[in-house]
Amino acid sequence: MKIGIPKEIHPGEKRVATTPEAAEQIIKLGFSVLLESGAGLAANISDEAYKEVGVEIVDNAKTLWKSADIVMKVRAPEQHPELSLDEIDLLPEGGRLISFIWPAQNEELMQKLAAKNATVLAMDSVPRMSRAQKLDALSSMANIAGYRAVIEAAQHFGRFFTGQITAAGKIPPAKVLVIGAGVAGLAAIGAAKGMGAIVRAFDTRPEVKEQIESMDAEFLMLDFKEEGSGTGGYAKTMSKEFIEAEMALFARQAMEVDIIITTALIPGKPAPKLITEGMVKSMKPGSIIVDLAAEQGGNCALTEKDQVVVKHDVTIIGYSNLPSRLANQSSQLYATNLRHLLTELCPEKNGTINVNMEDEVIRGTTVIKEGKITWPPPPPKLSAAPAPQTEAPAYASVQEQKKSVIPEPVKQFIPLIIAGLALFGIGSVAPVSFMSHFTVFVLACFVGYQVIWNVTASLHTPLMSVTNAISGIIVIGALVQVSALDRNIQILAGLAILIASINIAGGFLVTRRMLEMFRK
Amino acid sequence: MSQSLVTMSYIVATILFILSLSGLSNQETARKGNYYGMLGMAIAIIATALSASVTSYTILIVALLIGGAIGARAALKVEMTQMPELVAIMHSLVGMAAVLVGYANFMDSSTNLVGVEKNIHEIEIYVGILIGAVTFSGSVIAFCKLSERISGKPMLLPGRHWFNLGLLIAAIVLGWMFLQQTENGGGSMPLWIMTAIALLFGIHMVMAIGGADMPVVVSMLNSYSGWAAAATGFMLSNDLLIVTGALVGSSGAILSYIMCRAMNRNFISVIAGGFGTSGGEAAVVEGEVTPINAEETAQLLLDAKNIMIIPGYGMAVAQAQHTVNEITKLLRDKGKKVGFGIHPVAGRMPGHMNVLLAEAKVPYDIVYEMDEINEDWGHVDVSIVIGANDIVNPSALDDPNSPIAGMPVLECWKGETTVVLKRSMASGYAGVGNPLFVLENTRMLFGDANATMQAVLKALKG
Repeated sequence: MKIGIPKEIHPGEKRVATTPEAAEQIIKLGFSVLLESGAGLAANISDEAYKEVGVEIVDNAKTLWKSADIVMKVRAPEQHPELSLDEIDLLPEGGRLISFIWPAQNEELMQKLAAKNATVLAMDSVPRMSRAQKLDALSSMANIAGYRAVIEAAQHFGRFFTGQITAAGKIPPAKVLVIGAGVAGLAAIGAAKGMGAIVRAFDTRPEVKEQIESMDAEFLMLDFKEEGSGTGGYAKTMSKEFIEAEMALFARQAMEVDIIITTALIPGKPAPKLITEGMVKSMKPGSIIVDLAAEQGGNCALTEKDQVVVKHDVTIIGYSNLPSRLANQSSQLYATNLRHLLTELCPEKNGTINVNMEDEVIRGTTVIKEGKITWPPPPPKLSAAPAPQTEAPAYASVQEQKKSVIPEPVKQFIPLIIAGLALFGIGSVAPVSFMSHFTVFVLACFVGYQVIWNVTASLHTPLMSVTNAISGIIVIGALVQVSALDRNIQILAGLAILIASINIAGGFLVTRRMLEMFRK
Repeated sequence: MSQSLVTMSYIVATILFILSLSGLSNQETARKGNYYGMLGMAIAIIATALSASVTSYTILIVALLIGGAIGARAALKVEMTQMPELVAIMHSLVGMAAVLVGYANFMDSSTNLVGVEKNIHEIEIYVGILIGAVTFSGSVIAFCKLSERISGKPMLLPGRHWFNLGLLIAAIVLGWMFLQQTENGGGSMPLWIMTAIALLFGIHMVMAIGGADMPVVVSMLNSYSGWAAAATGFMLSNDLLIVTGALVGSSGAILSYIMCRAMNRNFISVIAGGFGTSGGEAAVVEGEVTPINAEETAQLLLDAKNIMIIPGYGMAVAQAQHTVNEITKLLRDKGKKVGFGIHPVAGRMPGHMNVLLAEAKVPYDIVYEMDEINEDWGHVDVSIVIGANDIVNPSALDDPNSPIAGMPVLECWKGETTVVLKRSMASGYAGVGNPLFVLENTRMLFGDANATMQAVLKALKG
């Protein structure tokens, strides 16, 4: 099948749906790839780079849409500015389209696509489950957005991120607050941390505390018991009391921090308003707010979508196209996501796709199948929260049946009593000479016990071979006996010397050989 | 050399042996520890040879030289994959030497002890020979099992526990008879019969233990060889032998304990033999495996950031450690984090995998113990299981009826993807089905471990 990659037409959109690396892999799956000339230019990828891996370059969008069996895009279809017609009209009857669609917001688009009997896979509808992570374009884009948010903040921020003590005075580190520790939030934490800032983060879902702390950021605790985890790894709307406590926390933080990055989104709802005008006013002059939820109305009351505005001496950045501002990187990740989707769609590697609705990943991603709207899919059941641990009760009951007749406290002492009696028995009959040897023996056992516990597991084999060599010390006994007058004893002792010295030489040398091999 | 000087040399040797064992507690001091051991041994031998009680040197020097030459040759020639066999056969030598010294001591009538002292001395001889003989025959069988001269399957005689008990009672009765007869200068007959019984007991004990329990057996025999030396020391009233024997004995005992704990078995049940013969029916593994080929594996590795390799006995059999190291080096050069996860009982003897990886020049600071990494599987993108089975079996944790239930395992299935290298779909040494193979995030790479790793390496380079 032919896969067509048109040039993105949305104003300011610099991404492209495939890269030469991804195209090469797609061609290996048995597909052929067509690309509209210049599609990769905005992401710094030339037509030549595509040609090298066997991609066919097509001059104009019309031909491309017509000849491709599958069209892969970044943005959802929209009005073409040059051809003055809609991309949907370019899609042939019964065509296949893979791109971001946002079916919840684009009712009309869905109807139009369905009318064309198209099959549409929406990259924004990939179910959130572990198997689908490699095609989760939302995560890859959110990752980039989080990183870019910090870069944008740094550009508008008038100070260093990292603290320094210089000859010209002490510079305090910037304090960054990240609200919402999803993929974007964590990426922002990582980037800000990497630049040396002090990073704090807040999220309503308690299970992300560990993730935040693993990034070396401080998790702001809210002294309030409410579980914020919704299905599919997203947050849900919280109760009124919770939100009040949360707002109080933000108000306190706003006075203290230099940069706020908000990433709070609840699926299918307008973004929650977390930063009020009052809080913005309370921030220090020159502070920055980057609002990653600008597309959905913004987490800050003063955010203006796609604009950078300065209000009350605070710069509020509302870009909704942050991934596109890192076009090459975004294209690479998005192209890889698409390639993984194709791999799922084409398990036979024969260059044809099979939209298998039995497969949970493909089922979730497919929003229109042959003109029939299949969105929304049945909800995914997996959440990132750990499942409650269940103990295996069968095992415990088996053990209980074996309970012995002797009561537990008595049982503990039985070995001690036996050992005590045995020692008493020996002590009562043994001569003094034996006892002195016995003392040495017992002490040596304890020394051995103490010493061996310190041996690392990786040296267990050398330990065994060296103890092997050392137990060749038995040769001492034979050495003494070999001078006896009895011929038979001499022969036995000679044999014992021979055998034991094999042990000594072999044990030490093989240990040495092994230890020489261990290296850093 | 005066007796006091000899004793002083023995004290120095003892200290050096203790330093030698404590030197092995970490990689940096291990080499020094080995040299301490050599020095201690040299001091002990020279002091004894120069002492007043040694007068004839011909046999002594000839035997030392021949034995030393054989030992040195074996040490330099042995393949690292054959280390368990070498260790086992060396245990048998200690046992053999203990038996020989015991007999020589028995025949030596020059000692003139009387009364209780004489009785104790006879018991020491008797026990020394008993332990030596059990160590000898047990180690020979362990050697044969490890080198696959005989099958690794446990041999289970009907009523084997009664058989063992009978042998034990016979040994005690014979001991009593031995004591009675030595009063009149006899006693060789009970001693011979007891030796035969001890040999039989050693054979039977190891025959009944399955291949998966081999690490326990090897370390247990290590312990026995120490006790044999200690018993010889009692017999000869030699403190150096007692101390050294006790050190080795407790070292082996601790290793056995560590191995048993790693398999969640108790020591008695391992010794009693017969793996997985009791308990309820284990769940039968059902489901379909997802095969993968070498190129796809290479692609998977290239896409991964954090890679964990779990080697097992299969890697040793296929001699794949060098190829694995090449792959590791290549991936590390590409900036990937590669680690090795070692289960305590991976392979056929404690620390077996570490030695193999060291031989292949894998740096030891990326080789981790199970306890160090078992929490971190969530961060692992790809784990590769090479020729291991039971140590990555999830049913050990979630199926109480599984024969290996409760054994700690490497929880690689918690990582993103697991690639399992395997010759075929046969079950592991423990004869247990492995649900890991049919998990959704597991890919099976069939074929000889070395050949497939070579193919992966080629794909990674190409």
